[in-house]
Amino acid sequence: MKTKRHGAVLGLIAAGALLLTACGSDNNAPGTGGSTSAAGDSSVPVECGGKSKLSAEGSSAQQNAIATFIQAYQAKCAGSDLAYNATGSGAGVKQFNAGQVDFGGSDSPLSESKGEVAAAAERCKGNPAWNLPLVFGPVALGYKLEGVTNLVLSGEVAAKIFNGGIKKWNDPAIAALNSGASLPDKDIKVVYRSDESGTTDNFQKYLTAASKGAWTQGEGKQFKGGVGEAKEKSAGVAQAAGSIDGAITYVELSFAQDNKLSVAKIDNGSGPVELTNETVGKAIDGAKIKGTGNDLVLDLDSIYGSTTAGAYPLLLATYEIVCSAGYDADTAKAVKAFLTVAATTGQDGLADAGYAPLPKAFQEKLLTAIKAIA
Amino acid sequence: MNDRTVAPRPSGTGSTGARAGVPAARPDSEAPIPPTTEADRKTVVRPGDRIFAGLATGSGLFIVVLIAAIGIFLLLQAIPSLGLDKVNFLTSREWSTSDVNNMRYGIFDLLLVTVVSSAFALIIAMPIALGIALFLTQYAPRRLARPFAYVIDLLAAVPSIIFGLWGLLVLGPVLTPIGEWLTATLGWFPLFAEGNVSIELGGTIFTAGIVLAVMVLPIITAVSREVFDRTPVTHIEGAIALGATKWEVVRTTVLPFGKAGYVSASMLGLGRALGETIALTIILSGTGAAFAWSLFDGGATFASKIALAAPEFNDPRTAGAYIAAGLVLFVLTFGVNAIARSIVAGHKEYE
Repeated sequence: MKTKRHGAVLGLIAAGALLLTACGSDNNAPGTGGSTSAAGDSSVPVECGGKSKLSAEGSSAQQNAIATFIQAYQAKCAGSDLAYNATGSGAGVKQFNAGQVDFGGSDSPLSESKGEVAAAAERCKGNPAWNLPLVFGPVALGYKLEGVTNLVLSGEVAAKIFNGGIKKWNDPAIAALNSGASLPDKDIKVVYRSDESGTTDNFQKYLTAASKGAWTQGEGKQFKGGVGEAKEKSAGVAQAAGSIDGAITYVELSFAQDNKLSVAKIDNGSGPVELTNETVGKAIDGAKIKGTGNDLVLDLDSIYGSTTAGAYPLLLATYEIVCSAGYDADTAKAVKAFLTVAATTGQDGLADAGYAPLPKAFQEKLLTAIKAIA
Repeated sequence: MNDRTVAPRPSGTGSTGARAGVPAARPDSEAPIPPTTEADRKTVVRPGDRIFAGLATGSGLFIVVLIAAIGIFLLLQAIPSLGLDKVNFLTSREWSTSDVNNMRYGIFDLLLVTVVSSAFALIIAMPIALGIALFLTQYAPRRLARPFAYVIDLLAAVPSIIFGLWGLLVLGPVLTPIGEWLTATLGWFPLFAEGNVSIELGGTIFTAGIVLAVMVLPIITAVSREVFDRTPVTHIEGAIALGATKWEVVRTTVLPFGKAGYVSASMLGLGRALGETIALTIILSGTGAAFAWSLFDGGATFASKIALAAPEFNDPRTAGAYIAAGLVLFVLTFGVNAIARSIVAGHKEYE
């Protein structure tokens, strides 16, 4: 395990050095990410130093984003490093609460009912832990259907597809959203995740919130639609959906693109919305915060149920779980430096890694919270 | 040592002079021994004996204790979760553990998929392994047999993730037309009926079983080859002397001699197939539908089900449900091995 981590880190250092040169030119050109996107804001001062090797563990959904952050962190703070062990959200929370790692990565905020909040407070020497939603991954409704590349779906229709209410591609409900498209008389083949995953959990939460009651199966990391077949991990579902005609799946955008899946637009009541950095940024900006103060727990229903025009509602929000206070001085300094870099210059390479860069307003909220860590 | 050599002397003290009468005393020479056996036994015990006996006994006890500890651990972890199960653990086909207040899980489907895929693998692998082992020991020229055997053993060293990816990306598409033909022509037979996952994707028990067969092949072959190789030459020569052809030699001497070893090798392979994890998580398509006895169904085995869920365990009650499933796999494997042992034990000639 250890050697593996070292190997990965070495690789990242090398890759980081390469990427740095690439990033330089991007910064000079006016960003194509739109005015709300805060990509590569280097005006925020970063106080480097402290513990030279941070450790973190958790969600595999944010693994690639963290890898991007590490590159930026090492570029900004020479000699500093972070090891991220993508063992899953559950393990991340457990290890954080046990004091084994400096911060945890999780697809869901700490749960009060499972006693995670109390355990985290104990780990932070009596101070509350904060959930900082740092990494947003848009989830694509990827499909492969010969002759159709411009599909529009609504939350309600998506729910019916994924729970078997709609079985054919030329169903009137789909046709109603896609006037003019020639939909074939083919079976819809749903592909879902066979492993327990935060993507599945968020997707089912989205369907619950946005389907106007069509999704009654509930949430959870196991898919509950009851139709279709399951493949392992994002790579597995995307590969499977890409290899049969008439397939549809929910998967992170980068995997959909790699496997040449078309991505459906989502109509949340104000017209079809394509999945782009801007539309996702707009949805994040519209998010309400459920937590108090700097504990930025998101009210996901405000994203998923959003009817704002031009906001793409289907996304996965993952948190970094940190102590508000209670770190030793060295660790606190390094954690703050890392998170600051992640929220600023670290945003640069995110879009390429399949994530959505933070919009400006949201970035400021995060930076306020990071600054407040003691 | 000196003490010991001296020790017997007193018993024979008065008789130093009797040496001359040794020939006469010959018949009695057995008699003086019993009193000295105690002392003699001590003389042959060297530290090495004690250490070796201790180590061997210790190893034996260690493995027994280890296995018992695994069993007890599984049981202790599983019991609290079994109490929370809202359906029958052994007969239910549901598996829903995300809501700890309403856990509904049963292992029946897992058991069927595990057993059917492994049995299918064994049915394919056993005759092929037998053929390879016979070829290597009876037909192939010595010069060829050795490197050939190494190559077979090499198969066992291929990581199972490679087998998994190969099964999914290479073998699956190749098998698609065969699968479609089988369901179309033999679909009336339950084993070849249209399954609950798409044959196009290849995530069926059919694909998984064939990959498993390749994976267990080297184990069965290697052990069978060893056993066949030990057929007494006198048996073989006897058969030849009686005018037996090559096939008759194999049938009358090699096979009867090696049968028990071959069967237990197959059971060893079955154990491997039952516990195979990574390859099956990659190949087998999960499904919400119940297993319907078709080779073209999808599903999950005990091991793959546990592996798919393990990274997200964050509640001991959820984990306990999977541990309970693991316990059943443990018992199943134990049963398989017990059967293998009893078959071997029933054939004394092999021992």
